Amino acid sequence: MSDIHSSPYIQNNETISRMMLAVIYALIPGTLVYIHFFGFGVLINIFIAVITAIACEVIILKIRHRPVKPFIYDGTAVLTAILLALALPTLTPWWLAALGAAFAIIIAKHLYGGMGYNPFNPAMVGYAMLLIAFPKEMTAWIPAETHGLNFSDTLNYSLFEILPAGMSYDALTMATPLDSIKTQLSLGYTLDEIHNSSATLFGNIAGYGWEWINIMFLIGGLILIFIKVISWHIPAAMLGSLAFMAMLFNFSDAGSYSSVSFHLFGGAAMLGAFFIATDPVTAAASTKGRLIYGAGIGILIYIIRTWGGYPDAIAFSVLLMNMAVPMIDYYTKPAVFGATGKS
Amino acid sequence: MMSMRLWKIFGGLKLPGFKSMSMSQATQPAPLPKTLTLPLKQHIGIDAEPVVKVGDTVLKGQMIATSGNYVSAPVHAPSSGKVTAIKKHRIPHPSGIETDCIIIETDGEERWVECKEHSNYRQLDAKTLRDIIREAGIVGLGGAGFPSFIKLDAGSSNMIDTLILNGAECEPYITCDAMLMQEQSRKVIDGLNIMRHALQAKHCIIAVEDNKRAAHTMLVNALHDHEAEYIDVIQVPTLYPAGGEKQLIKTLTGKEVPSNGLPINIGVVCHNVATAAATATAVLEGKPLISRYVTITGEGVDHPCNLDVLFGTPFSELINLCGRNSHAEQFIMGGPMMGFEISNDDVPVIKTSNCILVKSENPTPDYIMPCIRCGQCAEVCPAQLLPQQLYWYSRAKNFDKTQDYNLFDCIECGCCSYVCPSHIPLVQYFRFAKTEIWTQEQEKEKSDIARQRHEFRQFRMERKKAENEERKRQKRELLKKVNKEKDNSEDAKKAAIEAAMARVKARREAQHTAQENTDNLTDEQKHLIAEIDSRRKKAKDKS
Repeated sequence: MSDIHSSPYIQNNETISRMMLAVIYALIPGTLVYIHFFGFGVLINIFIAVITAIACEVIILKIRHRPVKPFIYDGTAVLTAILLALALPTLTPWWLAALGAAFAIIIAKHLYGGMGYNPFNPAMVGYAMLLIAFPKEMTAWIPAETHGLNFSDTLNYSLFEILPAGMSYDALTMATPLDSIKTQLSLGYTLDEIHNSSATLFGNIAGYGWEWINIMFLIGGLILIFIKVISWHIPAAMLGSLAFMAMLFNFSDAGSYSSVSFHLFGGAAMLGAFFIATDPVTAAASTKGRLIYGAGIGILIYIIRTWGGYPDAIAFSVLLMNMAVPMIDYYTKPAVFGATGKS
Repeated sequence: MMSMRLWKIFGGLKLPGFKSMSMSQATQPAPLPKTLTLPLKQHIGIDAEPVVKVGDTVLKGQMIATSGNYVSAPVHAPSSGKVTAIKKHRIPHPSGIETDCIIIETDGEERWVECKEHSNYRQLDAKTLRDIIREAGIVGLGGAGFPSFIKLDAGSSNMIDTLILNGAECEPYITCDAMLMQEQSRKVIDGLNIMRHALQAKHCIIAVEDNKRAAHTMLVNALHDHEAEYIDVIQVPTLYPAGGEKQLIKTLTGKEVPSNGLPINIGVVCHNVATAAATATAVLEGKPLISRYVTITGEGVDHPCNLDVLFGTPFSELINLCGRNSHAEQFIMGGPMMGFEISNDDVPVIKTSNCILVKSENPTPDYIMPCIRCGQCAEVCPAQLLPQQLYWYSRAKNFDKTQDYNLFDCIECGCCSYVCPSHIPLVQYFRFAKTEIWTQEQEKEKSDIARQRHEFRQFRMERKKAENEERKRQKRELLKKVNKEKDNSEDAKKAAIEAAMARVKARREAQHTAQENTDNLTDEQKHLIAEIDSRRKKAKDKS
């Protein structure tokens, strides 16, 4: 039926490439601030992940006898790689980013049928695999701003795992604000004690540095909503439910449960809400479905962060809700025009 | 005139209009062509039946084909002349099919048939009015071509609350209704009055998109004081598809036509403005529908404009008249959103030809990407469907599922295809699915009949078999009695048969030996035979 052309004969000029490019542009402010606080490792990770993702995409497309050009230019592989790289710790060996990107593209994307058919968010599948396989590398972060590493130091570590003289990996790295709160709460400290114990880790409203990164990702996300590349439903539902959960428990016991602002700006909530959970392929389709999907992610993030085994929970929450998408879609079919008075 | 509240419709698109290009000059009558080609089917329903023969002389306005059925419409001669043929000719149809057409060679004299005016229509009852409108061959001129008299029947139980004249004309490029409302506003209102009388409607609305200021002004000015009490000329927001019947009714009344229902179910009837003007001509002047306003536009013509065109005029003549240029590669009847492409411009203008869009061919379409479920299609769908799910199931040919997702509520407006970032021809898939379902249903009906027939046959056969068995049984019993008496002679018979068979066998063997001619062959002959056999075998293997 492809050789018959029926109406409409005109079309707007929106393409997948343009949408993905817009998302990539919207990541730039947050990424720049991220680099500012956590060094050039961010950039190196992005570079390695993108190169690996493109290479894997080309190879798999060739094997699957699919045209390479349209699927490389659509930008989805690049975006997957960038999102994965942004989720990684910034001082890591090169193979971590490469392995994650390869896993995301080959296993999570193409083994499920490629672009448009993957039920799980590829970047988050890659991240989850790395977190489970390499927990030590994946949870060790350098301190914001005070790490003292320049570009060549970071590149040296990435390629050869060599640090400048006098520096040791264990002394240099630490847990993320979310992670350290979790650990120390379990040791019986109160939130106030934890905040006071480490001035470099915590900022005004959340983790030091993290709060600015989150604000920039929030701005990027709002631009995407404004130019209608994403709809507001998933981010609003996700951040809203996360904030609601945080408020509920913080209100009942402020000593043991972190504040709303800490949950929204202390980890990867903004990146997750605007850039990861909104991946259309793996999200619910209808308006109502998107609200349920987003809210589910928000609630799961709070549960996993507070009572679960992992410090940050975006990846697992998104993947769990990806699983629920077919069911959400099935039960949220909108009423058709004229359904009220069926004759 | 009272101010009216308008309701918002779901979805829709703001489209570039391309309307002013064909509105710069007043509508002129198109020149009389030498040959008029009049398809017997220019409407939804059953073909009209010719009432003229080849060689007959016809007058302008004379009926040349009568409606063959309730859902049908007669055809009239658009000009005087001679019927030269009744034969198959290509018609404007997406499939490019040829159907029966009456060909008239015009004589240029434009001699009219006698016309019976009904300026006193208010004294006529609804049935008589409908008959006049039916005999005039009037069908919906907005594009659908449904016989109008049917939609002027309020029925026994239905009270018509609102009669809407649709002048929204929401598709890009098309301006024939806008020009008609501007130039013949009084006629449109006269037609509305006649329709109102036939339906006994309480309230009338003429709906015009708010990008047609001139049409709105002219209509308001043409309204008599007493008419303003029951007619509202309303501007509706310019938003495609505001002129879709269900969408327009929602915008104006807030009521939703039930899914699978008709406007009349909620006391609303909707007609196109051009249909109203044609109704006025038919009733007040007694002249049947023989011409219409047609927009000829697009980058393929140098002088886009509207023309008053006699039915049967070939597209090609109109395009030439408007200055065909080198961009004229693709011909679309109707608008770019819901019209259809015509492979050849030798087709005639028919009752539903509102617009001839002449474009350059689209550059080779982009590679169609997979659906990324972005949901933009669902956001613009005025029927509130989920096109991405419908696409999924149509593609998988899971037609039951497509009906669960209300495939048949799709109005094929094209909004989903327009916005799809993967450039998937969604509407094409939905048309495909609808056609497949219709075919399957027809086949199922056929197979149901066949199955019933088969089952009855089976039953008949079994009955016959049972009857035969019974008869045989009776016969056998009878025979048994007789055989007992015959038993003694059996052995002698058997011996005689065996002797006869042995004789036959012996004779056959003798013949066989005599016929063999391949015995005692020379080596050369044997070699030749082997070669021939191998060739035969090869040929057989190949085939």
